[in-house]
Amino acid sequence: MATFFDINLFGLFGQLLIGLINGSFYALLALGLAIIFGLLKIINFSQGALYMLGAFAAWIGLNYLGINYWWALILVPLAVGAFGILLERTLIRPIANEDHLYSLLLTFGIALILQGLFTHWFGSSGLSYEMPEELKGGTRLPFMYLPNYRAWIIVFSLVVCAGTWFMIEKTRLGAYLRAGTENAQLMQAFGINVPLLVTLTYGFGVGLAGLAGVLAAPIYTVSPDMGSNILIVVFAIVVIGGMGSIGGAILTGLAMGIIEGLTKYFYPEASNTVIFLVMVLVLLIKPAGLFGKEA
Amino acid sequence: MYNKKLNLVLLGLALVAPFVLYPVFLMKVLCFALFACAFNLLLGFAGLLSFGHAVFLGTGAYVTGYVMVTYGLTPELGILAGVVMSALIGLIYGKLAVKREGIYFAMVTLALAQLAFFVFLQTPLTGGEDGLQGIPRGKLFGLIDLTDNLTMYYFVLAIFIFGFLTIYRTIHSPFGQVMKAIRENEPRAISLGYKVNQYKLMAFVISATLAGLAGSTKALVFQLASLTDVHWFMSGEVVLMTLLGGMGTIWGPVLGAATIISMQNFLASGPLANYIHVLMGVVFVICVLAFRNGLVGELQKVIRKNSG
Repeated sequence: MATFFDINLFGLFGQLLIGLINGSFYALLALGLAIIFGLLKIINFSQGALYMLGAFAAWIGLNYLGINYWWALILVPLAVGAFGILLERTLIRPIANEDHLYSLLLTFGIALILQGLFTHWFGSSGLSYEMPEELKGGTRLPFMYLPNYRAWIIVFSLVVCAGTWFMIEKTRLGAYLRAGTENAQLMQAFGINVPLLVTLTYGFGVGLAGLAGVLAAPIYTVSPDMGSNILIVVFAIVVIGGMGSIGGAILTGLAMGIIEGLTKYFYPEASNTVIFLVMVLVLLIKPAGLFGKEA
Repeated sequence: MYNKKLNLVLLGLALVAPFVLYPVFLMKVLCFALFACAFNLLLGFAGLLSFGHAVFLGTGAYVTGYVMVTYGLTPELGILAGVVMSALIGLIYGKLAVKREGIYFAMVTLALAQLAFFVFLQTPLTGGEDGLQGIPRGKLFGLIDLTDNLTMYYFVLAIFIFGFLTIYRTIHSPFGQVMKAIRENEPRAISLGYKVNQYKLMAFVISATLAGLAGSTKALVFQLASLTDVHWFMSGEVVLMTLLGGMGTIWGPVLGAATIISMQNFLASGPLANYIHVLMGVVFVICVLAFRNGLVGELQKVIRKNSG
């Protein structure tokens, strides 16, 4: 076994890999939250529940409808996004101009409903999703064993994050989005359909959560509370990064995953809490968050 | 005059209630009513939405439970220990949380509460998943045996009244006026020279302390402190109680707590038992969309309409 200064390299790289995977999910969810926050100025408390919904949709698709993993990867985000659009149009829109604490409470209520329904339908113990045939197995690297599916998660979510970043920072549609973040009223005066943009943004943001759910299904247990646990961590990450920048949300998500992985290796007792402790530290040193713009 | 009469009637009802209703149920309502009132002090009067208030309820419960089981203290000392610890954590968490505002404040408090949740889950002192069981109620001041539910009820009622009056006094004090000013217009309060963050912190600590008192009392009533008390779900529940009853009103949280606890008790044995969380979510959505003023707020509207 390769050891270096008493450090078990296999174990260390293993935990780093797990950290990177968790980080990928944090990044996807934080990205979705940040996009929605940018235009709507609300924190979507149901983001975790929609991630859970994505995982369950993939599971139902595979076991009842004959939709395989690859189709689920396309169809589920669309379906979750469509569901999100429905929520935005019917429930969130009517209170869009009021104190944003209300939309936080509203989306919390929605999360409770979704989680409760799935607990009732599927029980709380969780289900397992069969890994797609093409991604089974793994590669033996000199310092670690890399399962193919895990490599796929990291690569795929990085591509999605980078693509989203590119779309927002470098394209015309993204320019509208950024302009809407700065001053939606003015943009509307220029003749851009802001309500439509808001709806699409919300749909895209929660679609990302649905996508993360599909990615998570084969490696995590598909259970009703999978969303709420991860969401609170993502909230801490959002506080750490600040929601001013899209790139910041992605980077903070990945970095926190890695820090969590390292903690799991060096001091496992603190692995559940380390991200919250980082948040405390950031609040003490730079309260606005590492990438935050507001005072 | 009208209010005084109403309060006397309510007090009378509270005194005879245990002869009509099950005392343990009433004690549960009182504990959660105090918890919700403490929470409402922060949300309704200072305008701060804490999404992690369960941590103070849980700290009170665990600390009281721990010292009662381990050192066999009398209940008043056990409660004191729980309350002091809640106040201390309230001070630390409050200092961190008031650095951010609005939605961020809610997220920070939620994350801090989750931090505490994992601490309570992992430390060997709290019994992990089982929690602390068989907490003795003990003898109040070493004299009055609290094992009897009826005696315990009057003790809990006294604690509730103490907590309620503390909140009432706080709201109607000059400090409370400044708190409301901050809620209404923070920049204006700052420009008038108030150190806004200190006021917010003070409100946070008072709220945390009283939430701790509720938790300590609850631990004695049920002789149990468990992870449910510190779970994020509990933090959501107290928001719902306050919202449903009417935030920013004196009696709203009491009515909200009574309604939610009754609903849970009623549903737990019925065919809808599995849907409790779903129903709570639905109540949440309805409250936010159509019922902002809550039960007491709507009631006040009706009374005002009829009298004017």
